[in-house]
Amino acid sequence: MQPDPSLAPTPAAPPARLPVAPAEPVLMVEHVDKSFGDNHVLRDFSLALHRGENVVVLGKSGSGKSVLIKCIIGLLLPDAGRITVLGQDVTGLGHQQMDELRARVGFLFQSNALYDSMTVRENLLFPLRRHWLRHRRAEEDALVREVLDDVGLAHTATLMPAELSGGMRKRIALARTLILRPDIILYDEPTTGLDPVTSREISHLIRAVQQKYNASALIISHDMSCVRLTADRVALLLDGRCYADGRYEELAASADPRIHEFFA
Amino acid sequence: MPNYPILAEAGGMAHFAGRFFRDGFRPRYEVSEWLYQCYVIGYQSLPLVGVTGFIMGIVLTLQSRPTMAQFGAESWIPAMVGLTIIREMGPIITALIFAGKIGSSIGAELGSMRVTEQIDAMEVSGTNPFKYLVVTRVLATTLMLPVLTLLADAIALYASYIGLNMRGVTTLALFVNNVLSRLAFGDVLPAFIKTFFFGFAVGLIGCYKGFYADKGTEGVGQAANSAVVVSSLVIFILDLVAVQLTGLLGLN
Ligand SMILES: Nc1ncnc2c1ncn2[C@@H]1O[C@H](COP(=O)(O)OP(=O)(O)OP(=O)(O)O)[C@@H](O)[C@H]1O
Ligand SMILES: [Mg+2]
Repeated sequence: MQPDPSLAPTPAAPPARLPVAPAEPVLMVEHVDKSFGDNHVLRDFSLALHRGENVVVLGKSGSGKSVLIKCIIGLLLPDAGRITVLGQDVTGLGHQQMDELRARVGFLFQSNALYDSMTVRENLLFPLRRHWLRHRRAEEDALVREVLDDVGLAHTATLMPAELSGGMRKRIALARTLILRPDIILYDEPTTGLDPVTSREISHLIRAVQQKYNASALIISHDMSCVRLTADRVALLLDGRCYADGRYEELAASADPRIHEFFA
Repeated sequence: MPNYPILAEAGGMAHFAGRFFRDGFRPRYEVSEWLYQCYVIGYQSLPLVGVTGFIMGIVLTLQSRPTMAQFGAESWIPAMVGLTIIREMGPIITALIFAGKIGSSIGAELGSMRVTEQIDAMEVSGTNPFKYLVVTRVLATTLMLPVLTLLADAIALYASYIGLNMRGVTTLALFVNNVLSRLAFGDVLPAFIKTFFFGFAVGLIGCYKGFYADKGTEGVGQAANSAVVVSSLVIFILDLVAVQLTGLLGLN
């Protein structure tokens, strides 16, 4: 990545590997407002995500979590505020720069959004080919095999999405975001609608991915077991604001009834 | 100001068409996807267009025979049927069949892609979904409908020849000669040109309906359905406009 001067560590700072060193923020959401007509979904929402960190955004259904994540990836335009991804202001980018940025940010859709008319292999190769990352066929095969191995579905390359179960589709969708080796992955409710066992497997997968690729992740969820397994930090989205922000244990121990009801 | 949904709809489509002309001719060009769509769209409707063309030719011939026989004008059948097919029946019937088959499938396909966020997924995968999905399909329908119409015309004429031979004897050479002798440039060209507009309308309306489909599975069905209804209607309106225009230009 191209280092933003303001984000570069000062020479005196200790090497980033030390556990105490604060990592650079890779994603900053600052005072974002977003409304649809009279429906004020986000009001003055702020959040930062640091390198190598998993942050879970917790919130009720309909509280605007998907809207937040779509603003981050540039599918929706915030009414006010600033969103900085990997040092670039998302709201001010042209098409070309936006595409370049999106190649480095993976997005796992709540509905998976696998292309029905393509096989699993074609689904995986679509982002690769469309981002002009030309590869030889052997390289493509190797990449497909690797990401399919990552998600534990090595044998599915020739199947159509309709032939997969819900959990498998979620994994393939994850593989499709992994194939570009993103620096940041945005997960929109990765475990919703899955049985507890599969849901736990997906949560472990998210952890494994973070470790293998050293990617940062913003995870949207209201599945508490997923939150516990994946979160380094939890942010609570309430009334369109970031109501609370802290480690899982801190929030779980909170006496505030509005926070407590999520952990009950 | 009162709210007229039909005006809003027409405005939305006009805007969509404007975007087609603005975005469609700027790189990057989705050539391989366009060729694939041409293949799919042309190939899918081939059997249907062939069968309707055949039936149209044979029915027109058999139906007109008794009337023409009353006036002792049976030898005029090839010329009359040929004119009817090439000027009006071929283009309009093919376009309507095409609207039913391709308009609905485009509406349903894009509609379900919208509903399941596949269009958004394309957008974040470095692809302009408008170019990749809409421009390719509209260009493909605009190009394939004229080709299909020519094919339907040819099949219908051949069917007419068969129809004639069911009750009498005509040679193919005489039949062709009969048709061609009555056919003027002004009959063929306007009829051919309007098929491009029909194809454009089917593709554009199908894409518009699908691209802006409402969320939920109902949205998909509705997109497919209204794509067919609206494009059929627009085909008739365009046909009316075409008749008036060719009249004004003195081509009638
Ligand atoms: N494109 C849109 N147009 C209008 N309103 C929208 C749009 N997208 C979302 N909304 C509204 O924004 C609010 C938040 O929606 P959002 O999808 O972000 O909820 P969510 O927190 O992701 O819920 P869930 O957990 O059920 O996915 C809802 O009231 C919804 O009606
Ligand atoms: Mg959501």
